[in-house]
Amino acid sequence: MKPRSDDWRPSAGLDVLALRAALLGRLRGWFADHGVMEVETPALSAAAVTDPHIHSLETCLDRRPMYLQTSPEFFMKRLLAAGSGDIYQVCRVFRDGEQGRRHNPEFTMVEWYRRDLDVHSMMDEIESLLAVLGAGRRQPRPAERITYRDLCMEFTGIDPFVDGTAAIVARLNKAAVAVPDGLSADRDALLDLLLATVVEPAMPAEVPVFVFDFPASQAALARIRDGDPPVAERFELFLGGMELANGFHELRDVAEQAGRFERDLQRRREAGLKQPPVDHRLLAALDAGLPECAGVALGFDRLVMWLAGCDHIADVLSFDAGRA
Amino acid sequence: MASYSTNEFRSGLKILIDKDPCVIVENEFVKPGKGQAFNRVRIRNLKTGRVVDKTFKSGDSVEAADVMDTDMQYLYSDGEFYHFMVPDTYEQHAADAVAVGEARQWLKEQDTCQVTLWNNTPLSVNPPNFVELKIVETDPGVRGDTAQGGVKPAKLETGAVVRVPLFVEEGEMVRVDTRSGEYVSRVKD
Repeated sequence: MKPRSDDWRPSAGLDVLALRAALLGRLRGWFADHGVMEVETPALSAAAVTDPHIHSLETCLDRRPMYLQTSPEFFMKRLLAAGSGDIYQVCRVFRDGEQGRRHNPEFTMVEWYRRDLDVHSMMDEIESLLAVLGAGRRQPRPAERITYRDLCMEFTGIDPFVDGTAAIVARLNKAAVAVPDGLSADRDALLDLLLATVVEPAMPAEVPVFVFDFPASQAALARIRDGDPPVAERFELFLGGMELANGFHELRDVAEQAGRFERDLQRRREAGLKQPPVDHRLLAALDAGLPECAGVALGFDRLVMWLAGCDHIADVLSFDAGRA
Repeated sequence: MASYSTNEFRSGLKILIDKDPCVIVENEFVKPGKGQAFNRVRIRNLKTGRVVDKTFKSGDSVEAADVMDTDMQYLYSDGEFYHFMVPDTYEQHAADAVAVGEARQWLKEQDTCQVTLWNNTPLSVNPPNFVELKIVETDPGVRGDTAQGGVKPAKLETGAVVRVPLFVEEGEMVRVDTRSGEYVSRVKD
């Protein structure tokens, strides 16, 4: 029987696979030098993430629903609460409904947690890690740091904390970005669209840009700092016009975390989305006490894309979703 | 009618936008950090031919358009409609002048064309890339004029007028590229 096509072959070139291997070796060496222990946590969990914008893949184990992890965060925080000390993990994570030039439904995350570091020290650390990974290949320039507000103002003229939805829509139209029907009232979604279509593509190709002090409404699991306006202690790293990493000064307050889970579920209800089981074990771990720490999740494949000069994630994956 | 979610978007997908049949030309998935994901799509309206950009929230759905491209044989024209037949099933379809459009000047009986059906009605007709047609009217060429690069107009059996080299004679068969409307070569019997 004649084979249908050539899609048995890997989607990445063998040279890129060799690059991945070399980078993983350097990564592990760097963490060892910095006293960060490697851990492995389950890919399957009885609980799932509540964020309305992240969709977990569901499977069945002994007829019980189980969810593929979208991030190892919850398990790693349980380890931290148990006294693990600084830890890191390199693992596959899975997200439904995310596929494109920079998205594959499963991808490799490098995630780590450091006690007693704040977001700014974390950014310093990531910079030094990038220099080690890029050495001899593609060295990033010295990083820039900018607040979410200043970033928006600089690239779009919009003040994300003050300007109303009408102003954001007008700015999007000016950039010839069609605004979906029904979105004109959703401020956060409009800001997301602005960031993805106007700001990200304009970011410099060779300069890492750390964006910090996110709007409180986009805090995820970061703690919120009081102020006018209150901001989330969250940062993102952009390189080559791509979001590479997401970091937090981790939220330790169990009541606040439980409250956020509830609000997420409410937003899911309103959007007609599934109600995933809340991770009660994470809440129990927070109750027992999470140490003061900052955490980072880095998209390893996108980093490889930047280092290898590829513009499609399939070019850095052994087999992208289409060939799996 | 069936519907598609943005997850299923890809080039070539036929969807209904404001009741018009459209085809997706380009589809880009964008998602900032942990925020709302979007699909930025370039769409061609199959009725008007216009191309527009649209943004969809990821997870939204659109109605599928019952649009299919089928190979059909051209049978004849009755003056008002152009009649085609699907070879295997003998199913016949009548396309009006609007649907046939530019293809009208290349239609030769028995030739296979690609007909786009919308709700089972011909929406547009695509002639084959190359057709072989007889020249019914053209000025005589001067003997030995193969060296000169000159061209002259020639009317073909379908009514189409193409420019042909001076040495090509009335009554000869010529091969024409329907996409450019240009003479390609003479057809030897």
